[in-house]
Amino acid sequence: MNTDITERSLTERILAIIAETQRKEPSQVTIDSTFEELGIDSMDGVNIIFAVENEFDINVPDEEVKNIRSVREMVDGVRKLVEMKTAGGAQSAAS
Amino acid sequence: MRRVVITGIGVICGIGNNRGEFLTGLREGCCGIGPITTIDIGDIRFRNGAEVKSFLPEDHFEPKESDMIDRFAQFAVIAAREAVAQSGVEWTPELRETSAIITGSCIGGQGTEDTGFHDVYKLGRTRVHPMTIPKTMANAGASAISLEFGITGPAYTISTACSSSAHAIAQAFRTVRAGEADVAITGGSEAPFSYGMLKAWEAMRVISPTVCRPFSKDRNGMILGEGAAMMVIESLDHALARGAAPLAEIAGFGMSSDAHHVTQPSAEGAAKAIWAALKDAAIAPEQIQYVNAHGTGTAVNDVTETHALKLAFGDFARKLAISSTKAMHGHTLGAAGAIELAATVLALSAGFLPATINFNERDPDCDLDYITEGARDAETEYAISNSFAFGGLNAVLAVRKI
Repeated sequence: MNTDITERSLTERILAIIAETQRKEPSQVTIDSTFEELGIDSMDGVNIIFAVENEFDINVPDEEVKNIRSVREMVDGVRKLVEMKTAGGAQSAAS
Repeated sequence: MRRVVITGIGVICGIGNNRGEFLTGLREGCCGIGPITTIDIGDIRFRNGAEVKSFLPEDHFEPKESDMIDRFAQFAVIAAREAVAQSGVEWTPELRETSAIITGSCIGGQGTEDTGFHDVYKLGRTRVHPMTIPKTMANAGASAISLEFGITGPAYTISTACSSSAHAIAQAFRTVRAGEADVAITGGSEAPFSYGMLKAWEAMRVISPTVCRPFSKDRNGMILGEGAAMMVIESLDHALARGAAPLAEIAGFGMSSDAHHVTQPSAEGAAKAIWAALKDAAIAPEQIQYVNAHGTGTAVNDVTETHALKLAFGDFARKLAISSTKAMHGHTLGAAGAIELAATVLALSAGFLPATINFNERDPDCDLDYITEGARDAETEYAISNSFAFGGLNAVLAVRKI
């Protein structure tokens, strides 16, 4: 159970993943950064999602990946998926 | 320099197990895409591919023979047999000694490799099949063709991802044009349906959950396909001297490297390869009537290719008839350049241009003529076939109907 995932720790973990996969200083990546500002292209985005999926043990659908173009959108999307996982467990099979 | 013609074509792919079926499929706009059946795809997010239908190795090979070569090399031999039969070439001792075999493959026999690695990593077995190495090598198709016909001239394989067989055909074309061989067997083959390979494509998030819809606004990715196309090419003089009927002339070839991004294509790089092909063929842009597009059905490729055609052809781009036959036979990776050149030549010879099927909706960023209404009757002299690979390697072949 991941009930101890607070909003803050989830955001921080995602910021750290983005900084690490993009080889950036953690201070350069903020919740308000857009992927464009960070120089993240679509393939970089796929690499980040791969790391995020492993970190939170979630599956991000292809369609959602295309719509994520900022750090905040990624945090919101991941939070939603983590909450669904914590709430129901088998959310992916149903959708 | 000598003129080079195609005198035989063999094809096996998702819309036909031989040349005749393939041509019918092209004309009728047959979609070879369906649920993947040859392997258990388990949890993979996409379900569809363009598999060769009803394929049984024993229909084509002695069991001992097919045990020695991976599915991709079997396709190569089957297509080469058909091409050789159509060409009517007779393998004299001299011709066997001098003819070239140049094939393309992106991933070779990775299906065999995947099985072996699954055995040791997952099943904990202590050994893999002893033929894993020779079945996996990307040149297995070229070697099997060499054995099949007893050809002992120059033989090799080019692996440039999705441009592999376009580069291979180009090398064979140059070899014959320069007089280094009178005859060559060239093309490409691929068999990418293995669980590990599909997992890798899934991770890239470029595969459609439905079908391939090139240039359509609602396109959502590519569909993998398998198969092969092989051609017999020879100098025009050699073909005429033995009374063969050329199907088309290979007019020219152009290539370039984007030096831009490992997966994002570049319109400039693609346009540069198109220009190079036209220059090599010594033809004006306005002489091209048909473009068999790379047209993968991904968001980025189709917009970039449209832009590249505008860069290369200027205002004349609006007059080009363009289609992507990948909507029918899928993206066959290292076989794509060969299957699509075969589609171009066969359609031109039969007096039509194949359609871009599965098209639903016009995209403002893809605003050229993609032949979306169905195959079009047309007398076409010159056409090009585009291949743009991951890694930014572009290859464009120009052909002329004879």
